[in-house]
Amino acid sequence: MTAVTPPPEALRAPLVVEFPFTRSLGPVQSAFLTGLRERTVLGVRTEAGEVLVPPVEYDPATAAELRELVEVAATGTVTTWAWNPEPRPGQPLATPFAWVLVRLDGADTALLHALDAPGPEAVRTGLRVRIRWAAERSGAITDIACFEPYESTEAHEPAPHDREFENPVTGIVAPARLDYTYSPGRAQTRYLHALAERRTVGERCPSCAKVYVPPRGACPTCGVATTDQVEVGPRGTVTTFCIVNIKAKNLDIEVPYVYAHIALDGAGLALHGRIAGIPYDEVRMGLRVEPVWSEDGRYPDHYRPTGEPDADYDTYKELL
Amino acid sequence: MTTAREVAIVAFAQSDHRRRTDDLSEVEMVMPVLHEVQRQTGLKASDIGFTCSGSSDYLAGRAFSFTMALDGVGAWPPISESHVETDGAWALYEAWVKLLTGEADTALVYSYGKSSPGSARDVLTRQLDPYYLAPLWPDSVALAALQAQALVDAGDTDEPALAAIAARSREDARTNPHAQLAGARPQGGYAVQPLRTGDCPPIGDGAAAVILAAGDRARELCARPAWIRGMDHRIEAHSLGVRDLTDSPSTRLAAERAGAFERPVDTAELHAPFTSQEVVLRKALGLDDSVRINPSGGALAANPVMAAGLIRLGEAAARIHRGESDRALAHATSGPCLQQNLVAVLEGEPRG
Repeated sequence: MTAVTPPPEALRAPLVVEFPFTRSLGPVQSAFLTGLRERTVLGVRTEAGEVLVPPVEYDPATAAELRELVEVAATGTVTTWAWNPEPRPGQPLATPFAWVLVRLDGADTALLHALDAPGPEAVRTGLRVRIRWAAERSGAITDIACFEPYESTEAHEPAPHDREFENPVTGIVAPARLDYTYSPGRAQTRYLHALAERRTVGERCPSCAKVYVPPRGACPTCGVATTDQVEVGPRGTVTTFCIVNIKAKNLDIEVPYVYAHIALDGAGLALHGRIAGIPYDEVRMGLRVEPVWSEDGRYPDHYRPTGEPDADYDTYKELL
Repeated sequence: MTTAREVAIVAFAQSDHRRRTDDLSEVEMVMPVLHEVQRQTGLKASDIGFTCSGSSDYLAGRAFSFTMALDGVGAWPPISESHVETDGAWALYEAWVKLLTGEADTALVYSYGKSSPGSARDVLTRQLDPYYLAPLWPDSVALAALQAQALVDAGDTDEPALAAIAARSREDARTNPHAQLAGARPQGGYAVQPLRTGDCPPIGDGAAAVILAAGDRARELCARPAWIRGMDHRIEAHSLGVRDLTDSPSTRLAAERAGAFERPVDTAELHAPFTSQEVVLRKALGLDDSVRINPSGGALAANPVMAAGLIRLGEAAARIHRGESDRALAHATSGPCLQQNLVAVLEGEPRG
């Protein structure tokens, strides 16, 4: 049976990707970030005699390992800037500010950070600034709350630093969160709309005639678009299964439970589903099952036996 | 470098780039582009010797998102396939090297990017130094604005000159049916000063594909192959404060090694999403007004992230295919403020 329906409105749903990245620090990074906690700014000196701030573990030009630390000033000069009229979430200041590259006195390279200023007319390349320290510091780049304008002389001779700190910072946690709006595409949108009507609709490949459930928009074997919609099921056959004995976090299902590949009648490959309504040790290949819909009816919650005789192995062996 | 084996771009296709493609999955976006390059050459999936793609999981918000796009390729029987988690131009480089080795005679290269599901400005902060930069969330426009201000301070450009680059690019895009922004448009207010909205690329979705072929196979598949005479890519330090933001030594070195300075080119497709970056690239490559810059409109007219670089190579090749160019330079970039740059030199058969 073939059902052709007009393209429904694209579905979309929020998708949040969030992770607390946890990173260890090299010896130079550890000293630099610990120094920030102590309101001390350290740079690293290269073999060529350049003082790099922020410091790195290896020379960007020669790849030599760097270890000679020096203390530079908390004052510096703006080398370039850009006025940010609408700060974005997570940025150093919530009010309009300038992004700046600041060459701290005693350093040869520049540090990127925010500059608090009343407006772009107050900012220029060459402006003298100083660090405004955060009230609470933990050993992170955000221990520099921002820079602020500050007239001072440029003279500063970098002083050697032995990098000895009490309680050195050895790692950072950098939380990251990205917000997306996910759209599954035409094929899966049609599939999900049909599911909400308690129908399972796959798509047939015009080349090899295989019916894909769920549809993917393309036949991965032939590399052509699948456009014919084919209603399959609702009944199907268990082609293979496993018994899950480990309870998953946030999954409110008692173990052991059965997770199976189910080839719906008319489908060219099996989909995943949980089997219930039968003791786990009685589930078998060839078992005939039907869907039990979730409370809101938008998808099958699980599959249960239909009571029919088992399917012959020959009828589903190609779908394993 | 001199190459023993001749490899050419013989086909190029791209999607109509749009602000959003909510109605399409990645495979639904990529597949028409793959079919188009197959149609141009008559090749089927089974005729392709090697397949390489470029994309980014962070754009999609899902791990291994490129495996879904493989559905559109027809990976059965099992194909020889590779993937780069960056712009498709670097996938093309990998495919080119593969063909140079003689391991294959043909290659399919494709890439795609859907920026619309997330915030491109936020997503791109995740590629930054995780210790000193990422926690501050400096977005891609802010970083480009720092570079633009450095250029203004150095006397290399000013706001009217940047506006002229934007206007020229979008005017040229009128003849590009795939462009997202074609025709004159206001420069708009400051996004991050000194960059106005007009200085910035559109945010959009898109895909592109090319087919490479070697030697006589290329001549069979394309009337006027775009021979890759040289290609190279170089990277600079990730720390912005260590670099001179008004210059691009990596572009210059890649161009030198690609043979760009041996003879003049008539066309250059530069991957400059921001107007200011065209200034840097022109300077690094020594391009004067005799060279046609971005006749396609460039990334200011359409910037499907992860595909925009591959499109530069495709657009340059297509002009050679059509006989509108004899020798072209194509450039792709990756990373903040032109951190990493790829340069290719393409030539058509001499006329006469």
